[in-house]
Amino acid sequence: MWRVARLVAAKDLRIEWRSRVVTNQVVPFAVLVLVMFAFALDVESVLQRVAPGLVWLAVMFSQFFLVQRAFAVETSDGALDALRVAGVDPAGVFLGKALALMAQLASLVILLLVGAVLLYRAEIRADGLVLLVTAACSATAGLAAVGTLYGGLTAGAKGRETLLPLLLAPVVAPVLIAAARATEAALGTAGTALGDGWPWVGVLATFAVAFGVVGTVAFGPLIEE
Amino acid sequence: MAVTTQPVQTERPATGRVTATGTRVTRWLAVACWLGAGWLLLAGLVLSPPDVVQGDSVRIMYAHVPSAWIAYLAFVVTAVSSAAYLWPRTRSLTWDRIAGASAEVGVLFMGITLVTGMLWGRITWGVFWQWDPRLTTTAFLFVTFAGYLAVRGLGGSHEQRARRSAILGLLAVVEIPLVHFSVVLWRSLHQEASVLNPNGDVQLDGFMLFTLFTGVLVFTLFYLWLVLHRQRVLWLQDHHDDSGLDEALSARRAEEGTP
Repeated sequence: MWRVARLVAAKDLRIEWRSRVVTNQVVPFAVLVLVMFAFALDVESVLQRVAPGLVWLAVMFSQFFLVQRAFAVETSDGALDALRVAGVDPAGVFLGKALALMAQLASLVILLLVGAVLLYRAEIRADGLVLLVTAACSATAGLAAVGTLYGGLTAGAKGRETLLPLLLAPVVAPVLIAAARATEAALGTAGTALGDGWPWVGVLATFAVAFGVVGTVAFGPLIEE
Repeated sequence: MAVTTQPVQTERPATGRVTATGTRVTRWLAVACWLGAGWLLLAGLVLSPPDVVQGDSVRIMYAHVPSAWIAYLAFVVTAVSSAAYLWPRTRSLTWDRIAGASAEVGVLFMGITLVTGMLWGRITWGVFWQWDPRLTTTAFLFVTFAGYLAVRGLGGSHEQRARRSAILGLLAVVEIPLVHFSVVLWRSLHQEASVLNPNGDVQLDGFMLFTLFTGVLVFTLFYLWLVLHRQRVLWLQDHHDDSGLDEALSARRAEEGTP
């Protein structure tokens, strides 16, 4: 299973690396969202206060595109069917696609945090770094698991471009709440104490584990159609 | 109940003509529903006393609480039916149609819950919305099951629809507790949140409590009635998709007199 996962993840990342769709379209979009928030919210002190929330909101928006992209690659040439014909373990496919998605989301989070520092005057504290990295890892793991699951659910269906955000947004709400609060604590936004962030990491980890396990089990029945 | 009446409806289209989805059971159920609704209107609007604190606005409760109860019941039924569909021994498209019918009715009653709750909140709290865990979770349930209905409408074969939506119906069982828990944690860390319990400050006298229970009963009857009819309509739709063209062709050929 893990060998399949590694191969699928490597394949997905190689496709993304060669096609440059993510670097040329999704990343600029995410940065553009940060800029647009600044236009909409106007006041700089407000921006500094809400920077952690905006970073994760931009991640959520970009996630919709990344998930769609991850499954457009599979369905366009019937690649998913080919994988099934080859007798590949669906759990491995799920984990591989989730890992690739997580890698893309994680690099996006790093980029957006740098963007928040540059554009919103957010400050990254040295003592909050451990919390920040743990929270970002568990949040991206959860987003990747749930994104892969719902991506598989809507793969190949008509109207999935509009349906996926409708399905995914309510599900990732806990991640949005928890990741934003944990990041606030890590950055010390509005005087939040560092210790306030750790319960949220617990929420994020629970989410990631729950949907990781459910996805591994449910992905097989989901794509055998 | 819906399962026990299944044989009745499976035989119907075999006779060729279906003009209604009603059976004897559902007709009596309908009579009970409308009699109950009449009594509930009378008891809720006229006979029951106004609340000491809230005055007449407490009457919203007789519609609000039962519809919330029905919405939650509907989603539990959807989840259980989804599990029954996925379980190999009980796999039947009937479970899928019950799940779909129940989700549709659930979304309807969840909408009623949200609208009546907002009106009531505006009168008693002064605001339409509080970011209270219960309200927020309810709103998420509404959106989640609206998405569920959208997935049911995606198309493909009946089995494809059934498996997809059954998995989605069960995912909601994982999702909703997580949403609820994170919203509870979110609000408890924010000190300014003064969580108002929509029912806790209501002094219920005996007759008001009785009216409330009547409301729950009447709404449950309506739920059963609607789900029974709706799943039969869904069955007819599936049947039409499967063999509608064949039946139309053979009817046309019979007219022409060619075999």
